[in-house]
Amino acid sequence: MSASIHNVDAQALFRYVLRLGDLSLVLGQRLGEWVGHSPALEEDLGLANIALDLIGQARLLLTYAGEVEGRGRDEDKLAFLREQGAYFNPILAEQPNGDFGHTIVRQVLIDAFQLELYERLTGSLDERLASIAAKSVKEVRYHLRYSAGWLVRLGDGTPESRARVQTALDLLWPYTVELFAEDDLDRMMAEGGIAPRLPEVQSAWSARIEAILTEATLRRPADRPHTWHGKRGQHSEHLGYILAEMQYLQRTYPDARW
Amino acid sequence: MSSVRVSEQARVSSAWEALARVEDPEIPAVSIIDLGLIRFVQIKPDGKLDVGLSPTYVGCPATEVIRRSVIEALEEAHVGNFEVNTVLSPAWTSDWISAEGRSKLLAYGIVPPERTVSNMRDVLRADRPVACPRCHSLDTETLSEFGSTPCKALHRCRGCLEPFEYFKCI
Repeated sequence: MSASIHNVDAQALFRYVLRLGDLSLVLGQRLGEWVGHSPALEEDLGLANIALDLIGQARLLLTYAGEVEGRGRDEDKLAFLREQGAYFNPILAEQPNGDFGHTIVRQVLIDAFQLELYERLTGSLDERLASIAAKSVKEVRYHLRYSAGWLVRLGDGTPESRARVQTALDLLWPYTVELFAEDDLDRMMAEGGIAPRLPEVQSAWSARIEAILTEATLRRPADRPHTWHGKRGQHSEHLGYILAEMQYLQRTYPDARW
Repeated sequence: MSSVRVSEQARVSSAWEALARVEDPEIPAVSIIDLGLIRFVQIKPDGKLDVGLSPTYVGCPATEVIRRSVIEALEEAHVGNFEVNTVLSPAWTSDWISAEGRSKLLAYGIVPPERTVSNMRDVLRADRPVACPRCHSLDTETLSEFGSTPCKALHRCRGCLEPFEYFKCI
């Protein structure tokens, strides 16, 4: 097992891989809510495709997490039978969709984060994580091209569209702090050569976001101290509703299969 | 050359022949070999035939259908004991679509990916104009970065007004 190769505690690696996988899973589930409700057919397809890619990432990551844990939990068991407190996504991912512009702002912030993170994870000493990142990063580039393209159109658009995305940005910005808040687990992974240092990811993310916001003529909100701990399993009220819907079938009909 | 080697060679060749008949479920015009999804066919030291298969996109639902078709094709070809392994790294790229695959795609009405994607630093820059597969006009526009399947984008020709699909560079 790769966990023992790098001298990293298997339980720690398990939790770290869940952080990555849960971000993709929860955001993918959120984007799926748009299907049939998007402003145009093209956006329906776009958001559904991005959701599909994210669920694909989550499947690879959760499968790997289950193998690292070694207790026989597969991707489905981890996705459908974990309680809210055992989900480790940053809470930005679970924030409600709001209007289309609001969803786009959330998407830009997370796409840019995943892009910078995965680019660096391709150099991970954990070969499995490196290969998942190498595969996913190509798709994330497309996601950001889509979301950033829309943010520029909306920000540099009509007074109405501009006001809406600026409001969304002001509202969602404080949650970005959690993406880069390095805790013991993040440090352990960085020191073990499994993951990049988060401050490094942050400065690259920050530069990329700055460029997009400038082009979109949007004002970058000020950073504020954060109190979010989604990465440790403490979530906003929204995650419970997402899981209730996503896990309904397995909870109601345990072990039901397709 | 020993007869063992000969029969191993024969197993590998009949596996390739069988795989060449497996079509992409979403784009029946092209085989999975045309798309560059088969990474290797080799005999392992234990005598098992080892087939490496790459997904185009991690969430593509066709991936599981393709996997099943590969298994069925290999069973029908009687290649002996075999296993199909998923290869994620190096990640599949549209550059691996063969020349034959590209002309088949174009004949089917899907514009093949033209540009080599080794340099992906220009995330925010749009692709070069894509020529319409019907009237060959370069006056086309992107309708959506995402089309009917994860691997395709939706474009429209301003010349003949027909929409068409473009196989994305990835």
